Amino acid sequence: MTTPARHRRPTVELTGLHKSYGHDDLAVHALDGVDLRIDHGDYVAVMGASGSGKSTLMNIIGCLDVGTSGRYLLDGIDVRRLDERQLSLVRNRKIGFVFQSFNLVPRTTAQRNVELPLAYAGVKAAERADRAAAALARVGLADRAGHLPSELSGGQQQRVAVARAIVSEPVLLLADEPTGALDSHSTSDVLALFDELAVGGRTLMVITHEDEVAHHAKRVVRMSDGKVISDLRATEVHEPPPQWRRPDRAEVVSR
Amino acid sequence: MNVTESMRFAWQGVTANKTRSALTTLGILIGVAAVIILVAVGTGSSRAVQESISSLGSNTLAVTASAQGGGGPGGGGGFPGGGGGFPGAPGGGDTQTSQNATSSRAAELTMEDTEAIATSDDADDVLGVAPVVSASSVTATLDGASHDVGTFTGSTPSYLLIDNTSVRYGSAFTDEDYTSRHRVALLGTTVAEELVGTDVEEAVGKQVSFNGFQYEVVGVLAEKGSTGPQDQDDRVIAPATAVQDTLSGYGALDSISVKASSADSVDAAQTQVEAILDARHDVTSTDRDYSVTSASSILEAATSSNQTFTVLLGAVAAISLLVGGIGVMNIMLVTVTERTREIGIRKAIGASRADIVTQFLAEAILLSLFGGLVGVAIGLIGSRFTIVGVQPVVAPYSVGLAFGVALLIGLFFGLYPANRAAALRPIEALRYE
Repeated sequence: MTTPARHRRPTVELTGLHKSYGHDDLAVHALDGVDLRIDHGDYVAVMGASGSGKSTLMNIIGCLDVGTSGRYLLDGIDVRRLDERQLSLVRNRKIGFVFQSFNLVPRTTAQRNVELPLAYAGVKAAERADRAAAALARVGLADRAGHLPSELSGGQQQRVAVARAIVSEPVLLLADEPTGALDSHSTSDVLALFDELAVGGRTLMVITHEDEVAHHAKRVVRMSDGKVISDLRATEVHEPPPQWRRPDRAEVVSR
Repeated sequence: MNVTESMRFAWQGVTANKTRSALTTLGILIGVAAVIILVAVGTGSSRAVQESISSLGSNTLAVTASAQGGGGPGGGGGFPGGGGGFPGAPGGGDTQTSQNATSSRAAELTMEDTEAIATSDDADDVLGVAPVVSASSVTATLDGASHDVGTFTGSTPSYLLIDNTSVRYGSAFTDEDYTSRHRVALLGTTVAEELVGTDVEEAVGKQVSFNGFQYEVVGVLAEKGSTGPQDQDDRVIAPATAVQDTLSGYGALDSISVKASSADSVDAAQTQVEAILDARHDVTSTDRDYSVTSASSILEAATSSNQTFTVLLGAVAAISLLVGGIGVMNIMLVTVTERTREIGIRKAIGASRADIVTQFLAEAILLSLFGGLVGVAIGLIGSRFTIVGVQPVVAPYSVGLAFGVALLIGLFFGLYPANRAAALRPIEALRYE
């Protein structure tokens, strides 16, 4: 975590990535030659109108889909060479997902939901419980471990989802419109949490169309028609994100 | 990801919708219970038949006429000489009376056949012979009480010996009664109870009317009990001569009962009886117009027919088990569709194909496992009750078979939905509403 970013291989490295649906004349190019490099510890917001290809980009980076052509290295691994079983392994070990609609497994407690990636990774029950409890504490929901998703507010559910995404210590936290279904109060909660994670050295990529979310990122990538049209950096990779404030004493106590 | 974990997810899935799981389980449950109970009924009835046949006595033989003629192709019916009526007795001292000569080609057993066996010097192993004349649809009435008699048998006094029957009250009829055509009768306990009430001894000496013919009751038979659905005490025995005079007419005998001197000499007695009758009927073993059956041969025939019966019952039950299995598949398909999103989430956070297959397969097997277990319990409990007069006997193989098949059905019918779940692409599954 403390290793300077520049000494590590890039977390995400896309070269000439294409993704098209359909054939020949009828082909739709969702991604049309995307080059993108995300270094370890970066906090990137990807913005764009619907149809700009940002969701396709996220699916490919998240190993839920593969590109038609081009190269994608995730933490140095060439994802295109992997079979389905290896892809599920990569999703499990390297990536943490946060979705717009939370996507917690229903009728399963917050604790169990957070344990899920560890269960699929084959972690023993006792260690799993400890790590899940630590992740829940990290998002400030230690006291809600036994609650079902239906007993939690939207903001709390999204924080459980964040805990689930970080519990396996992935190299990349991938969030798709994480605040799209939240009220403004919950939104600032979740964004503050992301800032904390970024300060802690975690690599984040957030897909959004809200400027408020983009203002929190160290770097904003804009997409249109399957291409990157602008790539602006607000703060350096090793610096804290722009909206982060060092918590004063009172806040630390209230947390 | 280990199996315990998959089982835990499967358990959550099963308990998430309890009503639906219970109903699905019910299909398997009914199938398993039906297999166990129906096979038990089949086994029980076959055992009852075996018992009732062996109660006839292992050393009894029954001679019956084979059904022949009556529309048989070629008309010859196996009678040498082919002409109408019986072939003339070929020499010998036996007399063939004209009363037996009918236009039918069916073989007939006569009183004279009985006499021939009884008086033959070549029947060393034959202990006793009795003719059997049956009258059907006989109603007994006495002082306003009436009863439809199950079996009405006309015979000679030696029939009681052959049939292992004793007289409890009163006395048996005599040879004198037989030759003098006296209308006397022995009642089975059921008949006596129906006519005079529980104190069956009172029946002795009463004049009972059988289809309007007055018979004097000389005795009441000892109870034989009932084996299977048939009550062996619902019967009347009277001299064959009197029965022919009144109820059955002077046709052929229904059968001839023969008792061998011991269980070991049954085969020898059968050969002797066949030799005597072959000579009298002028037939050989290839074209015999009658057949001699022993208790053991009846037992064999009954056992084989009972096996068919049991297999049929089992097959019907197996179909219901199959239908239960299809129910499991149906519900699993619904479950997979309903939980598409959940499957997508699980795959996104790293569940492999195998993890998903295991989870849903385990769910299908859990359903059929419950159904199987409860079905076995209900099958075993249900088999303790008498069903349509048969005391079921649980066949251990049917329990194992039904339970094993239920599990296999869960596995087989769970495989398709589980694979369908595992094959879902995570992006589409996540997008599913």
